[in-house]
Amino acid sequence: MNLTLHVWRQKNAAARGRFVTYPASDVSPDMSFLEMLDVVNEALIAGGEDPIAFDHDCREGICGTCGMMIDGQAHGPRRATTACQLHMRTYRDGDEITIEPWRADAFPVVKDLVVDRSAFDRIVAAGGFITARTGSAPDGNAVPVPKAAADLAMDAAACIGCGACVAACPNASAMLFTAAKVSHLGLLPQGQPERHTRVRGMVAQMDAEGFGTCTNHFECEAACPKSISVRFIARMNRDYLVATLADRGEPASAEGGTG
Amino acid sequence: MSANAIPTPLRLNRTTGRTSSFLASSIGRKVVMALTGLVLFGYVVVHMLGNLQIYLGPAALNAYAVKLRAMPALLWGVRVLLFASAVLHVWAAVSLTRANVAARGIGYRERRNRESTYASRTMRWSGVILLLFIVYHLLHLTLGTVHPGFVPGDVYHNVVRGFQMGIAPFFYVLAMLALGLHMYHGVWSLMQTVGLSHPRYDRLRYAFAAFITALVVLGNLSFPIAVMTGLLKDRSSSRAATAARR
Repeated sequence: MNLTLHVWRQKNAAARGRFVTYPASDVSPDMSFLEMLDVVNEALIAGGEDPIAFDHDCREGICGTCGMMIDGQAHGPRRATTACQLHMRTYRDGDEITIEPWRADAFPVVKDLVVDRSAFDRIVAAGGFITARTGSAPDGNAVPVPKAAADLAMDAAACIGCGACVAACPNASAMLFTAAKVSHLGLLPQGQPERHTRVRGMVAQMDAEGFGTCTNHFECEAACPKSISVRFIARMNRDYLVATLADRGEPASAEGGTG
Repeated sequence: MSANAIPTPLRLNRTTGRTSSFLASSIGRKVVMALTGLVLFGYVVVHMLGNLQIYLGPAALNAYAVKLRAMPALLWGVRVLLFASAVLHVWAAVSLTRANVAARGIGYRERRNRESTYASRTMRWSGVILLLFIVYHLLHLTLGTVHPGFVPGDVYHNVVRGFQMGIAPFFYVLAMLALGLHMYHGVWSLMQTVGLSHPRYDRLRYAFAAFITALVVLGNLSFPIAVMTGLLKDRSSSRAATAARR
């Protein structure tokens, strides 16, 4: 099939971008969306032009590297699907497709469709570490984890950090991502000692990065390739409230300890 | 913050205090929005129920007004609470909206919504309509400043005459439609914001919000409609009618 692409081209972070129209000819319905872009790029390279830059890595929907706004939808029209797992059989001959990078001031465009998502890394880093015994590996099942908590923690941990939640949110809010990262350790017994400092630290970092705030549109959940539930946002709000109320206002390390 | 700086785990600032850091945070301001919204929501329900006494006739409604004024501590306590809630609600809305607008400097050429509702996307506008309406409503039926036939203390007369004149009933109806959109999204949203979410009960949040919103909006809309259809008549004219029947 033959398609027409309207792609955002931007030389670098400082340059002004614009939409450029490219034909995509002889596209096989078995191609993934990224393979279709590869074919378009090969033609661009053959013609001496700069290929369209886009992020990708595993191409099997588990790494969270790829991601672009396809016809106004993060990762394209299919639910619970990353751009690399979107196949061209979704489209019909003659379709026009608009491709844009994630739009959020906290995700500056690096080039074309590539954005800098290190704000997410800093949110995770702000959560800190869990207290863990060093030395030999602990016995299996030494710490009992309720099945329901393990399942829910796993649902939160399914987040691949692709940024589709921010991209789809009308407010460019990172609350679904942050909520998933807060909940994933906050649900497990191993995550309890730092539960309050973790949620306050991550939320403070999220705010400092310049993301918007949640107004409960729930576009994030609909866009999430891992279908992370917005219930995690309610859980984060709850944890944040409890952490604030429980803060005793004392220094973390009391002076005068004799050990 | 430079692009590659990885922060050390946050040292929670002990000098700013938890209240100010809470109010500066996104979630803190959302909780302020939710709790003040809850106060305003509760008031709107009570206000509508109290006003239903208009259907009991002029004597009942005016006696209700006298009863409220006989308890100045309650009356002024509620007024202060409502005013403070409205101010904080608007403050939270303005500050969060500014952050949300600033978070996406360059927008999309194309975007399609999947889950958001008309109500959720128009909260800002329904909120502004409601704020303007509240000011008008107070000038119209509480202070009487913009009400040409205002008689202090005669609530029944003021309501019925008020809805017989000019654009007042139409603005009132428009404001109630805005209230419907604002309340529906607001009522279930506030539960999500304060963390009230559970797979088993989440559906009830939407049902409760829809039910209570329909109740309040239909109740409130019945007043101007009853006046315009002649179901509720001004006392002077109804008295004349009674006299004529004798």
